[in-house]
Amino acid sequence: MASPPESFAPIAEVLPDYRRQSPAVAARFAALHQRPVVLEIDGLGRQFAGEHGPVTALRDISLQIHRREFVCVIGPSGCGKSTFIRLLAGLDTPTSGRVLLDGKPVTGPGPDRGMVFQGYTLFPWLSVTRNVMFGLEMQGRARSEAEREALQWIDLVGLNKFAHAYPHQLSGGMKQRVAIARALAASPRILLMDEPFGALDAQTRAQMQAHLLEIWRNVDVTIFFITHDLDEAILLADRILVLKANPGEVQEIIEVPVPRPRRLDQVSSPEFLATRRRLDDLIHPKVHTHAAPERLPIVRLTQLGDDVE
Amino acid sequence: MSRWLSIRKDLTPGLHRRFGVLAFLIPLATWSLFSYVPWLWHPMVRVTDPAGVSWIKPGQILPREDFAKLVEKQAALAAPTPTGTPANPLYFPPPHAVGRALYTAFTTEPVLKGDKWLHQAIFASIRTIFWGFALACLVGVPLGVFCGASPAIARLTEPFVDFIRYMPAPAFGALMVAIFGIHVAPKISIIFIGVFFPLVLVVATTVRRADLSLVEAAQTLGAKPRALVFRVLVPASLPDLYNDLRLLLGSAWTYLIVAEVVGVSSGISFFINQQAKYRNFDNVYAAIVIIGAIGFGTDQALAWLGQRLFAWKNPRPSRLRRFFGRLTGAPGAARPADASRNAGEPVSTF
Repeated sequence: MASPPESFAPIAEVLPDYRRQSPAVAARFAALHQRPVVLEIDGLGRQFAGEHGPVTALRDISLQIHRREFVCVIGPSGCGKSTFIRLLAGLDTPTSGRVLLDGKPVTGPGPDRGMVFQGYTLFPWLSVTRNVMFGLEMQGRARSEAEREALQWIDLVGLNKFAHAYPHQLSGGMKQRVAIARALAASPRILLMDEPFGALDAQTRAQMQAHLLEIWRNVDVTIFFITHDLDEAILLADRILVLKANPGEVQEIIEVPVPRPRRLDQVSSPEFLATRRRLDDLIHPKVHTHAAPERLPIVRLTQLGDDVE
Repeated sequence: MSRWLSIRKDLTPGLHRRFGVLAFLIPLATWSLFSYVPWLWHPMVRVTDPAGVSWIKPGQILPREDFAKLVEKQAALAAPTPTGTPANPLYFPPPHAVGRALYTAFTTEPVLKGDKWLHQAIFASIRTIFWGFALACLVGVPLGVFCGASPAIARLTEPFVDFIRYMPAPAFGALMVAIFGIHVAPKISIIFIGVFFPLVLVVATTVRRADLSLVEAAQTLGAKPRALVFRVLVPASLPDLYNDLRLLLGSAWTYLIVAEVVGVSSGISFFINQQAKYRNFDNVYAAIVIIGAIGFGTDQALAWLGQRLFAWKNPRPSRLRRFFGRLTGAPGAARPADASRNAGEPVSTF
């Protein structure tokens, strides 16, 4: 009789504790915590009216995000990730707790919290340049000045050849780059990103992750990033906020031990794998891995011997 | 055959064009068949030779049974029998007669002094429609946009507008004459009533259908309510609003005919009624066809214009849009040739 998960054991032994940080990484986190707090989330909660009384989507979430920190939020579907980011953006109002930006409470949407949505939400009737100019024009900047600045942002995301194109002429990755440029042009204190690369194919997504890290490195902006892709969270984040569902609560806040600058080949580094293992355990609880996977109640509908696997 | 009848699959451009022409040719052919093939329908007889019967004249049209009885009676008396050819009723003129009337209606002088020429009648009708429709848009579009943008304004406005919408506009005829007199003003006001109330509701619904996520995106970019309405909601729903107005312009024409008989009858409906009185049914048809042609023509022209004005909604290169782009100084003139939907991403380096 073979004991089931034995074969994984050696790898688990090799993997370091995900909480162990190299001196460089530890020093980085120490410096990061010295930076001023940009966004303070204090006991944030949101209830919705349901058919059978109120439903709690989010409960008692507290977190401090420091200047130029990159925070990712992951969690199983239905854990209130989108509700969370909408509360931060001011597009929804919390039923308890509060959000402070630079010490001032958030009461509604504003340009100090730029947002990038999964569905791009570019204005289809405006060219790329006019889209990026939108936030600047809302601040009352002169058109020529706004255009000059917008073109710099378009340059930064590498789309200067498409400055006069319309959104429908762009691929998904390009659209999302325009959306990022548009949000950054309004010079937000924090950039809120709601599964921005969720609709992209794997290759484009990897490119966009690299682009985003590059932008973050060069622009004075704090990033709050929601994703359901565990690797994406580890690759991008300084800290990962893991939510659990029903109600959405903080399960753990993980300081990612993978050193910076991040590269794609780090996905096989021990720190990365250790973090990945931890996230897997949190998001997909163990119960499922041991028990035999649930079978569908299907009877054979093919001829005997006509097997595909 | 299966290619023609596949469900919800676009026709090839050739078929699209040909079927569009057929849509007109089939009714015309049916009309021609019933007009020119003597054994199809033709319930009347046109007398060619009265053969001494005093009360009929050559060219007179009478029902087939009556004519048959007359022939029988004459035959019984051993008198010469009248002859005739199968004919259709007067109210069913053949295509060529209507075709001729389309020309002659413009060239014949009005029977009564003071009556209008056809082109004058048409012009009067177009003017009535224009003012009624323009005034309804001028008030209705902004009101509808505000209803679509603000639930408070919508709730304060729409229930009452909905209530009035169910009152048929012609019912206001007598009232409008009492208020505005008997000339063109009550006619314009009836078209206004007929168009305005549905317009407010349709515009509000269209604006409400605009993508909410665009509004939210604009809010996170610092847009205030004013900008949300005029810089986001209005441009986002403009192509659909344009089509709404096109449809309502069509309904304005249906109110025209009723509006024109209110007070002093005028315009194209006066012409139609007058010609029907003289039993010039070919002229009646000609006038109706002209109304159809004007309506259809404007609608097609507006559709063509709309497709080019709102190219972002219906992606297709357009010279007209580029022209407007240059006029307003908006970028859009230059289109990157390589910006096709599936253009490859520039390769990034880590």
